[in-house]
Amino acid sequence: MVQYTARRVAQAIAVLWAAYTVTFVVLYALPSDPVSILLNQAGGTGRPSADQVAKIQAAYGFDDPIVVQYWHHLVDAFQLDFGQSVSRGQSVTSLLAENLPPTIALTAVALVLTTLIGGGLAFLATYVGWRPLRSFLHRLPAVGVSFPTFWVGLLLIQLFSFSLGWFPATGSGGVSSLVLPALTMSLPTSGILAQVLIRGLDDTLDQAHIATARAKGLSRLTIHTKHALKNASLPALTILGVLVGATVTNAVVAETVFSRLGIGRLAQQAVLAQDIPLVQGIVVLAAGVFVVVNLVVDLIYPLLDPRVLQPTSSRSLAPLEVAA
Amino acid sequence: MALTFTPAPVVATPTDHPVLEIDDLSVGFGPKGRERRVVENLTLSVRPGQVVALVGESGSGKSTTAHAALGLLPAGGRIVGGRITLGGHDVTHADDKAFRHHRGPVVGLVPQDPMVALNPTMRVGEQVAEAVRRRGVPKRSVEVEVVEVLERAGVDNPVVKARQYPHELSGGQRQRVLIAIALAGKPKLLVADEPTSALDATVQRRILDHLDRLVADNGTSLLLITHDLGVAVDRADHLVVMSQGRIVEQGKPAQIAESPQHEYTQRLLDAAPGLGRVRRPAPVPPVDDVVLRFDGVSKEFTSRSGLGSRSRARVLDDVTLDVHRGRTLALVGESGSGKTTALRIAMGLERPTSGRVLFDGVDVASSDRRSLRALRRRFQFVHQNPFAALDPKFSVRDLVAEPLESFRIGDRASRTTTVSKLLDQVALPASYLGRRPAELSGGQRQRVAIARALALEPELLLLDEPVSALDVSVQAQILDLLVDLQSELGLTYVLVSHDLAVVAEVSHQLAVLDGGRIVESGPTQQVFDHPEHALTRALLAAVPGLSLKEAGA
Repeated sequence: MVQYTARRVAQAIAVLWAAYTVTFVVLYALPSDPVSILLNQAGGTGRPSADQVAKIQAAYGFDDPIVVQYWHHLVDAFQLDFGQSVSRGQSVTSLLAENLPPTIALTAVALVLTTLIGGGLAFLATYVGWRPLRSFLHRLPAVGVSFPTFWVGLLLIQLFSFSLGWFPATGSGGVSSLVLPALTMSLPTSGILAQVLIRGLDDTLDQAHIATARAKGLSRLTIHTKHALKNASLPALTILGVLVGATVTNAVVAETVFSRLGIGRLAQQAVLAQDIPLVQGIVVLAAGVFVVVNLVVDLIYPLLDPRVLQPTSSRSLAPLEVAA
Repeated sequence: MALTFTPAPVVATPTDHPVLEIDDLSVGFGPKGRERRVVENLTLSVRPGQVVALVGESGSGKSTTAHAALGLLPAGGRIVGGRITLGGHDVTHADDKAFRHHRGPVVGLVPQDPMVALNPTMRVGEQVAEAVRRRGVPKRSVEVEVVEVLERAGVDNPVVKARQYPHELSGGQRQRVLIAIALAGKPKLLVADEPTSALDATVQRRILDHLDRLVADNGTSLLLITHDLGVAVDRADHLVVMSQGRIVEQGKPAQIAESPQHEYTQRLLDAAPGLGRVRRPAPVPPVDDVVLRFDGVSKEFTSRSGLGSRSRARVLDDVTLDVHRGRTLALVGESGSGKTTALRIAMGLERPTSGRVLFDGVDVASSDRRSLRALRRRFQFVHQNPFAALDPKFSVRDLVAEPLESFRIGDRASRTTTVSKLLDQVALPASYLGRRPAELSGGQRQRVAIARALALEPELLLLDEPVSALDVSVQAQILDLLVDLQSELGLTYVLVSHDLAVVAEVSHQLAVLDGGRIVESGPTQQVFDHPEHALTRALLAAVPGLSLKEAGA
């Protein structure tokens, strides 16, 4: 277990470093001209004087060799310092810290909704006995997946804000403003989750150990919850990890449609403003979320399936033993 | 005053009410009105304490009958006629909820394949506990009862095993856990569906002996489903032979073994492997032409476990063997004895830790990839499981032609001719060229696998349990085929098996492996007549159907 954990943590750190390096190469080292971008941002018109350029290059360290720049940035990043935002004149770290809480709240609610809707749907679709309802529920997730997020968001605003007036259409104040964007974010993801979980449950329920459980005289509900769900949830857990990891991407649409504060909206603005330090900060944050979530998933795995912890060498031996 | 004491009758009398009564049962699959009948007009009953064996080949409907008795017919299956009575209750059309009350206290199942019949993510003890709790046992005594019933089922170290997961147990131990689960409900009837087909011969025997004892001690009835007439004759009070969904014969086992009435039963009897029958080809004159030589081969695996502690397992220990041209060498042993590893080393798939394997004088292990590939044309491998060894997306033609294509032999037209010739050699009709594995039976698949192995005209075939996944009657056909091919093409075989009955029929030389060491070797007949090592004797005793052979002798 200790070894397994150590290996997973080491992998997570390596991925994070790789993500940082790739963004650095793309944003700084490729043959573009960060100085003129910065000057454009600052609102300067006409050709900048050589003096101005030199000043900016010195201020941002662009006159150092690229390897030295990379090293400085990496050391700073380790101390959670991503430099100054060009468009906002604020430190990137403080901007991220400001915008993170509303996005975390939104994501958390969306995650809960995804699990409830997706998990519940999968459970029902495999549990009900009446064939027509069963096949209807089996097909339902595909619908959820195929609706575009922005359209669902607009539809929900139309219905629940303008027609019914239950929830506010925009803004980031209070719990009630969370409902519609979280629902928007969770509909497609719960569709994906339901698809994977339905598949897993159907496969598991066909396995021989389910027949053993039935022959014990257990009820269908017990078999479904105690025996099938745990075995079927491994692939679903992986998908859930990917979905949570993609939060920043998902939040871009939801936060823009609902005009909320948050990382997604910040990302959209940073890209439009060509704010390189801010974009890089957000990319590293997104990668960090992804890595941490997948690390958590990897650590939950052995709790669900003890076979994960088997050392690889004996796993490769096992089929031989069976064969022999 | 004299006390009169009359002991209560312990032994069940034939007048007892049957635990299971199946009356004129028909089971169909598919849409109503157009269903395919898998079981037709079947009538049988199991009385208290009785052991009834239901024998037939795969597809004979014996497993379907067992599942119908448990209310566990697979989706699409339906009782279309007749009656099933369990413990005096009519359960013919009982729904799952109603049937639930009979599963456990009235009928328990010992399923077919212990490798997949336990929940992999739940501790063994909890899986047994579920069955114990069904009886309404108070919470605090559940744990004690779990250990008790595990012990009764023959699980050693039950306290430790209860805390383990299924993958940490061997196949035989898992089957015992499954027996414990079935026993935990204290059923009147145990239905054992091919309970040992997936296990080694020696383990198989111990498990069946144990089941016998449990049934005798508790007065439980047993419905034993098997494809092996030898097993059935050894164990049952009453024998029912099924073919294509119908009962073709039933009666006392000894009587059926002696004078089978039906031609199908006769066929099953002929096919049953045993020590009396010899299929051996005309003995080849002893030649000193060694095709394959194991020269002091050892193999160690290191596995890491826990906190970086390394454990070494010696799987093969100084194995020295010669395989002569045109002969068959059999490697026999239990699971984990190293026989499959020996085959893999001979194939060049694993490297020996020490020692050499020489194929026609060339060291296989130290050959580079290119020369190994050239060698591979001359020896081929037939896999244990014909259901897994063939790519389901390939047609028979593509499967057999693949080695030819891979070695760029001939053009399209000549390959097709070669494939037809190969199919002819393994006695498959040319019309099978376009079929896919899913459309073939197990025996036919193994024929395709053999045809594929022969495509490159090899000198040596390495056979890894070539018939252990097949029904007894199909086993016989495949063994016949192998013997015919050997005399026709002058092939050399290395045959790995846990089943001495199979080995007896086809091998010239025999080597018994135990814990990676050769404990006994020599000409097959000599080893059979004068077994010296205890393991050899145990393996010999494990061959089912001994009583059948004695009856026939």
